[in-house]
Amino acid sequence: MTRTSPQGRAEDGISLPEKLPVAITVNGVARQLRLAPWTTLLDALRDHLGLTGTKKGCDHGQCGACTVLVDGRRINSCLALAVMQDGASVTTIEGLASNGVLHALQQAFIDHDAFQCGYCTPGQICSAAGLLAEGRAGSAEEIRELMSGNICRCGAYPNIVAAIQQAMGQP
Amino acid sequence: MIGFQYSRAQDVADAVRQIAAEPSAKFIAGGTNLIDLMKQDVERPSRLIDISRLPLRSVEETASGGLRIGALVPNADLAYHPLIAQRYPMLASSILAGASAQLRNMASTGGNLLQRTRCYYFYDTATPCNKRVPGSGCSAIAGLNRMHAILGTSESCIATHPSDMCVALVALDATVHVAGPAGARVIAFADFHRLPGDEPQRDTTLQDGEIVTAVELPERGFSAHYTYLKIRDRLSYAFALVSVAAGLELEGDRIKDARLALGGVAHKPWRDPTAETALRGQPASQATFASAATILLRDAKGYEHNRFKIDLARRAIVRALTQAAAGTPQLQSSKKIA
Repeated sequence: MTRTSPQGRAEDGISLPEKLPVAITVNGVARQLRLAPWTTLLDALRDHLGLTGTKKGCDHGQCGACTVLVDGRRINSCLALAVMQDGASVTTIEGLASNGVLHALQQAFIDHDAFQCGYCTPGQICSAAGLLAEGRAGSAEEIRELMSGNICRCGAYPNIVAAIQQAMGQP
Repeated sequence: MIGFQYSRAQDVADAVRQIAAEPSAKFIAGGTNLIDLMKQDVERPSRLIDISRLPLRSVEETASGGLRIGALVPNADLAYHPLIAQRYPMLASSILAGASAQLRNMASTGGNLLQRTRCYYFYDTATPCNKRVPGSGCSAIAGLNRMHAILGTSESCIATHPSDMCVALVALDATVHVAGPAGARVIAFADFHRLPGDEPQRDTTLQDGEIVTAVELPERGFSAHYTYLKIRDRLSYAFALVSVAAGLELEGDRIKDARLALGGVAHKPWRDPTAETALRGQPASQATFASAATILLRDAKGYEHNRFKIDLARRAIVRALTQAAAGTPQLQSSKKIA
């Protein structure tokens, strides 16, 4: 993503900044990182913390595969700089189950076969968890509108909506 | 993305000082557009000055009966704020018409005003673009211009402003509060964004080193008769081909006052006082609405792929004013064509 010469300097002569300390709580565990300022939250999770459940789809905020919850709100982690999340609490797909029991949304996605290839699924489920917390969706129409930031190229949308409806019935 | 330095602003004055000391730096708040543009190599700031922790997150009532919205209020929080939903539902609806739930959680009020065009050629560093590289030429005028402007274009640029929120803000007579090296000032919303002329690299009338601190709404919200109607290629999560913010004040079936602004058609949110004048005092009828549309679109000019927008805009204006008059606004979750 960032082009550097073998000497460790950016191509146009800007000297590389020192890595910055970032303290974030991820899935309930406090983590201390030192990151370059251009490291996105997505890359921090996947490459620095080994949490590869969160997926890199488009890397431009258009597909929703990278959706995580930051302080309980769903965001696109590919468009968030990790250094700006210092002090935040992050929940990823790895943090939704508790004590070996799947989150209601995870179980509902299985029950309704709400995926085919599965690549968009962690983002769909984290986004749906944010949707449930927001409490703005009641009808299927509203679920579809408020889930429109998550693309599923396999086209599992009807089953995704059904899964979310099931999870909404069992908070 | 090229390498850059990162620092946090301690307060607004510190933000202004930091950017004055390094003009090639940029402020970052939600980052939803800037990080994307940096990944595309369109924006190459030497430093990001993080303003996201500044205390600009409140929505406060003003002495004159309006609201002052802090520049860092997230788009989602603004759309669902009880006072916005109740007094300015046109604004709430316009915000919910844009982006996705995730992006609305991240994007700030000030950042929404400052987002850049989504013209394909502006994003593609392999092609000429006067907005990205002044003097290099416009690839859109003779290129793929389906999304592009039909009003207020120039020989330099036919890009559109992408915001939905700003269309409602211009219709509602909002003002923009800014701070800068020369002090604080207030800009009328209609004067905040500019037409491309021969300087399409300038989207707004902000001076170097200025920062948006708040957006203020006057008292009148047109909450009884309004709509925000957005026409786009997908049913959700797509930029407008044409959008219409309409607000009416009715006395019986006669129009006492009117607001009408369009998105997706120009380099700025498009509001035309002569079209509003043509509505005032007239019966709230299809004929009146059609006549206002004709006036608003009198200088519209289409290009090879976007000529359809002129007729689309005409129909959208009539439909939006009809919805506003009837008190049946288009809800963003409703995809009905009526």
